Amino acid sequence: MLTLHCPYCGVNADETELDAGGEAHIKRHGPGSDDNQFHDYLFTRENPKGVHLERWRHAAGCGKWFHAARCTATLEVFGTYPAQVYEPPQDIKDAISAKRPGWSWREFE
Amino acid sequence: MSTRLAKQGRLIDRSKQITFKFNGTTMRGFEGDTLASALMANDQMMMGRSFKYHRPRGVVASGAEEPNALVGLGEGARFEPNQRATTTELFEGLTSISQNHWPNLEFDVGAVNTALARFLPAGFYYKMFIHPQPFWKHVYEPIIRHSAGLGKAPDKETKDADTYEHFYAFADVLVVGGGVAGLQAAKAAAQSGAKVLLVEQTSHWGGRAPVDGGTIDGLAPDAWVEQTLTELKATDNVTIRTRTMGSGVYDHGYALAYERLTDHTPGAPGPRHRLWRIRAKQIVTATGAIERPLSFAGNDVPGVMLASAMRDYVVNWGVTPGQRVIVATNNDDAYRTAISLKKAGVDVLRVIDARTSGGGALADEARSLGIRVDPGKAIAKVKGGKRVKKVAICNQDGIGGAREEVACDAIAMSGGWSPVVHLWSHCGGKLIWDDALAHFRPDPARPPLGADGNGFVVPAGAANGPVSLGDVLADAQTAGEAAANAAGFTPKTADAPKGVSELELPLEPVWLMPANADMPLRMKAWLDFQNDVKVSDVQLAAREGYESVEHTKRYTTLGMATDQGKLSNINGLATLANALGEDIPQVGTTTFRPPYTPISMGSIGGEARGEVFQPIRKTPVHEWNDANGADWEPVGHWRRPYAYVRPGEGVHDAVNREVKNARENLGLLDASTLGKIIVKGPDAGKFLDMMYTNMMSNLKPGKCRYGLMCSENGFLIDDGVVARMDDDTWLCHTTTGGAERIHGHMEEWMQTEWWDWNVYVANVTEQYAQIAVVGPNARKVLEKLGGMDVSDAAIPFMGWADGKIGDFDCRMFRISFSGELSCEIAVPASQGLAFWEALIEAGKEFGVMPYGTEALHILRAEKGFIMIGDETDGTIIPQDLGLNWAISKKKEDFLGKRAQQRSHMTDRNRWKLVGLETVDGSVLPDGAYAAGEGVNANGQRNVIGRVTSTYYSANLDRGIAMGLVLHGPDRMGEVIEFPGTDGKIYKAKIVDPVFYDKEGKKQNV
Repeated sequence: MLTLHCPYCGVNADETELDAGGEAHIKRHGPGSDDNQFHDYLFTRENPKGVHLERWRHAAGCGKWFHAARCTATLEVFGTYPAQVYEPPQDIKDAISAKRPGWSWREFE
Repeated sequence: MSTRLAKQGRLIDRSKQITFKFNGTTMRGFEGDTLASALMANDQMMMGRSFKYHRPRGVVASGAEEPNALVGLGEGARFEPNQRATTTELFEGLTSISQNHWPNLEFDVGAVNTALARFLPAGFYYKMFIHPQPFWKHVYEPIIRHSAGLGKAPDKETKDADTYEHFYAFADVLVVGGGVAGLQAAKAAAQSGAKVLLVEQTSHWGGRAPVDGGTIDGLAPDAWVEQTLTELKATDNVTIRTRTMGSGVYDHGYALAYERLTDHTPGAPGPRHRLWRIRAKQIVTATGAIERPLSFAGNDVPGVMLASAMRDYVVNWGVTPGQRVIVATNNDDAYRTAISLKKAGVDVLRVIDARTSGGGALADEARSLGIRVDPGKAIAKVKGGKRVKKVAICNQDGIGGAREEVACDAIAMSGGWSPVVHLWSHCGGKLIWDDALAHFRPDPARPPLGADGNGFVVPAGAANGPVSLGDVLADAQTAGEAAANAAGFTPKTADAPKGVSELELPLEPVWLMPANADMPLRMKAWLDFQNDVKVSDVQLAAREGYESVEHTKRYTTLGMATDQGKLSNINGLATLANALGEDIPQVGTTTFRPPYTPISMGSIGGEARGEVFQPIRKTPVHEWNDANGADWEPVGHWRRPYAYVRPGEGVHDAVNREVKNARENLGLLDASTLGKIIVKGPDAGKFLDMMYTNMMSNLKPGKCRYGLMCSENGFLIDDGVVARMDDDTWLCHTTTGGAERIHGHMEEWMQTEWWDWNVYVANVTEQYAQIAVVGPNARKVLEKLGGMDVSDAAIPFMGWADGKIGDFDCRMFRISFSGELSCEIAVPASQGLAFWEALIEAGKEFGVMPYGTEALHILRAEKGFIMIGDETDGTIIPQDLGLNWAISKKKEDFLGKRAQQRSHMTDRNRWKLVGLETVDGSVLPDGAYAAGEGVNANGQRNVIGRVTSTYYSANLDRGIAMGLVLHGPDRMGEVIEFPGTDGKIYKAKIVDPVFYDKEGKKQNV
């Protein structure tokens, strides 16, 4: 059972307090997008063994959504950060690089 | 015979006699006995029968690893099957019954399976019972159901008489195991100042050391344990618990421990079991090691026992399993058993040592006591049914010929020791094979990893591989210091206590006895006692292509059920590896999963049972409803009245009465459960335009609008009336079940997509009671109570206003889910009951009746209004339901808009909503499918529609229904057929879904 640090309220939250929200940094495609773009937006997801960027909600806590950078194989957490960003902040990228040199995830590295 | 010895027994108090029952026979034991030791003291060696062949089985082990001695414990509301006699502490009045036999333990019909053993090989389920197929249902299944299963389930009519609880604990270092390694590791960790929790599964401390002997810092192990315990108890930062089993290790340092508080004193006050939910920075697993059986023919006959268990029974409880004992071994440790027995006055006939070189110092000691040692020998076969009678001895290096028979009544066997690596492995710790000791032990380079990417489990003592007392204590000291250090404390480096024990020579791996045993012997050489798996079964699986150990496990059942292969695992792997011609490490182990030993379902549930299992949400009118005939229906976590049933009336009579009364006089509905969400801010209108398919930003303050919400997939997820409060405030009503979900949905989009928009949402569902006043007399009752102007001019249909009704501050919405003149009136929750009672009182002269959810459903169905969850199921888009009018064409974007343009969503063959009217006026079965022409690819009849809502309408005196039908709106008047599960065919005409007041005049007066 994971513990993740909520970047809003500062609690190290137990997994029972959290809702998992799937992959982070998905760009929304609405009207005007072509079928392939829209299909990928709705359904295509990463399934890495290793570095993953995920959405979590501190549902039974402060209610805020945040992102976690995590290793799906070892469950190591590289860091958590607010959800109001378009890409992982530099300090998170650095934290991942320190542990997983040469990592990449979608367009980020 | 097995019997109590005159002396010995460090754990029993001979001055305190205890009376207990086994299979109805009264027996006696002493305080401190386990059920197993007490049964042996009463010469009850045979304690059950095996799972598959129903062979007589006796106790093999002395602790949690016991596979055979499973009993049904207690009676009535306290009956529990599959309890290990070896871990059941004896108490006055204990009642126990043996398992897996019929009609009784001594004479069992199922034992005929033994004679059929050659027809019940590995995978027999898959081979035997396939053909002929009709046999499965009428012959095989009843037989298997009758004979399968361990023990008997408790009577379904009884409720567990005990209580259970959860306990949340936090520790810097959790130490699992209270043997000398665990005690020393806890001490070493605690000296750093770390908060230490030490748990031990049995009721006593010290583990094996006091039985196995040696000295620690010059003291006897017992004395050292006592001294160390005293120190730990005096240390403020240490918590210790006995009868508490470290059950599982989970992600990021989460661990479960299972404390058995009153199993040994049933009925005592307080909870029976306590589940500790622990967060630890570091976990030390000082879980010891388990001895392996030897695989020889007849190794399951009662009287054959692990060597270590046999000396436990002698030293701890003063009982011996036999009078003339033979010890079979491949290592030096088993000589300790020979020596202990001899010193206790039991005749040890000889030690059969598979090693041609024989043993070391311990063997010399045995010889000096006059015990005969036979090196290079093996047990070919044990003779005897319910007890060991004779043993045939042969050379280890052979097929089992040239046997010498020796009469004896008990056999101690030892195939070496396997570290208990379960807790290390639960969360991903990896193992390495140790060739010298022939076992898997934790690989220090690959521990389970915590959130920071560092290992969080540290094995200690025998659980980590070391065997001798000195090595165990040194390892424990290192482990305790390492755990404290990793938890962020500075350990005080100290020398480990000095453990001294006899020097032991290396063991020699023996996976089969004799090494090349012929087929008849292999068919009687058990690997897994609990699941009746033999050497021949694993070899057969290998021949049939089961190369993966995980597949072999499933095929043969090796290592399943309550003991999860604690004894059989390594022997099984080795047998598989030999059969495949591979090395053991290449074959690997099966996966270790929690719990370590079975834990009670009660402890998992904890306090969450009965009324607190899932607390019920209650509206302010709940108690009134309850007192006035409410037939309760669960809706989400709420309870809503399905109908208000009057004395002498059936539920359906009540529904029909309520439905008619709401149309003819005056109905009241407790609508408090409807979701109420405030959306506020300068960008609230823009935000709601994204949330709803229709336009909400242009709604005028004081007005209401019905809205639809879709997911980004385009599917309809909720509906409800939205009211605009002021320039930047809207109030969104949701369905009863949707309030929390839709609030979360809004928060998600607000926080994660449009986070720069200036808008907030708040769920105020429980702040208000809301009551629908419905029917032709609705306005009359409100006018009678007085207060605000409730005329159509003041509050027209789809308008709302704040004001007073009588003395109540309220907000009135002119909205209607029934098609009648209707006001939904919200008052503060604290005023809800008083307002409801005022309406009931004032409404008497107008024929007031409360109505429930079924009347609500029928009234809306008469009007063709959809219901989320009836007309929708997560695959329905608003266009399917003819709700195109509620989908804005002006808006560039809203959630679901793009999805609704996808080809499948615009397919004209999507089933569409229509009304359905049975030809004979009967009620269509709910969920029935309409049959079409032809068959599909699977040969099933094609379907062209289904019923989504169906009711008897008292107002129309006929069945009415809605359904989704292929090209439905184009087929008005056509009659289609719905085959019912009752065999009847229901014919229904496709009609407009609005059955009542098509012009909508009644709601707009």
